[in-house]
Amino acid sequence: MSNIKKRLSAERRFKFYGQVGVFLSLLFVSLLIIKIFSTGSGAFFRTTIETDIFFDPELMNVDQNSSDKEISRASFEKLADGVIDFNFKNLSEDEFIKIREMYTRRFDYQLRDYFLKNKEVINNTVTLEISASSDLDQIVKGNYPRNVPESQRKINDYQLTILDELTSKEKIGSTFNFWFFTNGDSRDPETAGILGAIMGSLYALMICLVFSFPIGLFASVYLEEFTKPGKMTDLIEVNINNLAAVPSIVFGLLGLGMLIGVFNMPFQVPLVGGLTLGFMTLPTIIIACRSSLRAVPPSIRHGALALGATKVQTTFHHVVPLALPGTLTGTIIGMAQALGETAPLLMVGMVAFVMEIPGGPLDPATGLPSQIYLWSESAERGFIEKTSAGIMLLLLFLIVMNLAAILIRRKVEVKW
Amino acid sequence: MKKPFVTLLALVVSTLFAAESFARDQINIVGSSTVYPYGTVNAQRLGESGFKTPTYNPTGTGGGMKLFCAGVGVEHPDITGASRNMKASEAALCLENGVTNVIEVMWANDGITFSHSNTAEDFALTRKDIWKAMAAYVVVDGKIVENPYSSWNEIRSDLPDYKIEVLVAPPSSGTRDAFDGGVMEKGCELPEDREDDCVLYREDGRVIEMGENDTLIAQKLNEDNQRFGYFGYSYLKDNGDKLKAASVEGVLPTGETIASYEYPMARPLFIYLKADHIGVVPGIQEFAQMMASEEAIGDNGYLTKIGAAPMVPELISRVRNITDTLDPMGFSIESCANKEHPLKNAGYAFSGKLCP
Repeated sequence: MSNIKKRLSAERRFKFYGQVGVFLSLLFVSLLIIKIFSTGSGAFFRTTIETDIFFDPELMNVDQNSSDKEISRASFEKLADGVIDFNFKNLSEDEFIKIREMYTRRFDYQLRDYFLKNKEVINNTVTLEISASSDLDQIVKGNYPRNVPESQRKINDYQLTILDELTSKEKIGSTFNFWFFTNGDSRDPETAGILGAIMGSLYALMICLVFSFPIGLFASVYLEEFTKPGKMTDLIEVNINNLAAVPSIVFGLLGLGMLIGVFNMPFQVPLVGGLTLGFMTLPTIIIACRSSLRAVPPSIRHGALALGATKVQTTFHHVVPLALPGTLTGTIIGMAQALGETAPLLMVGMVAFVMEIPGGPLDPATGLPSQIYLWSESAERGFIEKTSAGIMLLLLFLIVMNLAAILIRRKVEVKW
Repeated sequence: MKKPFVTLLALVVSTLFAAESFARDQINIVGSSTVYPYGTVNAQRLGESGFKTPTYNPTGTGGGMKLFCAGVGVEHPDITGASRNMKASEAALCLENGVTNVIEVMWANDGITFSHSNTAEDFALTRKDIWKAMAAYVVVDGKIVENPYSSWNEIRSDLPDYKIEVLVAPPSSGTRDAFDGGVMEKGCELPEDREDDCVLYREDGRVIEMGENDTLIAQKLNEDNQRFGYFGYSYLKDNGDKLKAASVEGVLPTGETIASYEYPMARPLFIYLKADHIGVVPGIQEFAQMMASEEAIGDNGYLTKIGAAPMVPELISRVRNITDTLDPMGFSIESCANKEHPLKNAGYAFSGKLCP
């Protein structure tokens, strides 16, 4: 009797421990997600200042008859300066500089883009939502305190007075920050975007896939279907399993030493980054492919061979197609792992300030995780929310990829 | 299944060959993470003036020198940023790899701030105090002993009773080299025959090495307001609501005290240009000219605003002359390798250990 009591209570205890474990891990994950979302969500919105703009022909080098090409080359800086004089009358030079600093540095670009689309506005006044500078944006969002002494702030007392004046006139607004998705990196946090890093990661993953999937598939087909089990295959198997557990920085060193050192490939390009990630994912893919090939029942092979098919025909007409869903799942998981890796990218130089959006695998680029790392290192307050927003995007991509892997496994995989 | 494999092989081989004949029209900068904020802002301005925006790889000064000195050719970087000047060993590496034409541009000053949390008491330190707090061996009663100090008021009784804990950068950091040269060596009390031990940090857990990540150090300083850390002035300037600097020999780091070298932990910042790449990769000279221009490093310049301190007029005009004429003005990589650096006697070097 006492024995059963003891055993039952042991079971209850074990259940309780399990629940505590699950609860704690859920708690940590949700804390992480809440932290990232609460700091990162600000990056998707940017503060704007409602500003009256008089397109004064005297301050512009172009008119409504200018071609688009001329307009895109023209400087709108004079007009931007004129706009400030137009909205805030009688400014001293110092006040002018301070107010100009409240707007984004790329004020003139915004004017130019508007003029390109609306050439008839010349000599007219329109009201536009002009983006605020990141320092002002951070004050408005409450990420930078207002109540510290002036010398410790980047926005001074005069600028705060103007800000309060604008706020009371309801001229401070907020708009969805498209720039975050359409721009490359920038040193002005308000215009910094993640597209460059996404493209860099995309090219690297493409190269990684093209390199590691066929090699991994063929290697595993050969090992599973064409070799006889023996010491040699055991040795290879042990080595592959070992390679899968090697830290990624080692593959980064391999990429640096071999691809850049021996083959003289260029630094910081997705081609090299992708090949390095490819070295890293290769063992993972081989292991996944081998286990899905092994899951194909021998009766399929025997049937094909009995009907007179050669070994190659058996393999490529029957076994490989049947194993494909499993190999795809393994590959996608390998790719997801490669997407999140920073260390190999670091070694081949794909951690850099790259403003231009890469147009191909031979353009300098940075990857998604390395962009997050670079932003986290920056001193400007505006990059903190960008860092978290970058992490959110990375998580989203990982979730999508892992979900795809699960769906493929559910829908396509054949159950024997 | 066979044909795609063959085409794939062809593709891989052809990309390999494409990489061989890879030409570049985008400047590639490597080097110091202290120069990174300035170099990238300048890069962006260069991009806005019509060139392709240069890329900047923050490898640290030492790492940058290694890459920069690896050879001439588009697969090697064009410019390296440095928060100290080139060492003799690095100059020798450059010479060995055929990088013989290097132009040194000393474009601004920076101050190493010995910072802590805003919530802490103000500290007025001397370099001697800092050395005593951080060195492995110190002199107590005329004898050399392992560092016995555990709180600042043991070093000098008028300092607050804060525990000693300093977060430092890794050895690859130029800021650390400059700190070692300018603070640890200058504040050192060890006799001459033990001079080499001046820069040894204590290893009892009171000096903690962190990665080259200022944000991380700042976060750690805020977690515990008794901790100290050092970084470049620009970082402090951007985070004035959380951090403040201790005064050193009675001087607080500001743009003015750094520019005048009144602040004892001021030091020059450099970029090095690979002269053989000028004309091959467009924009290198323009990049250097912009970086040293009045618009960038003048009183209200875009680099001054984010924390760089201007140079004294006669030095900056000399530097502008260098970027205009591309004449290294007596600095040659041989002279550095032979320890005859022309700046050695200029008196503006923070470390006093140019090309050791």
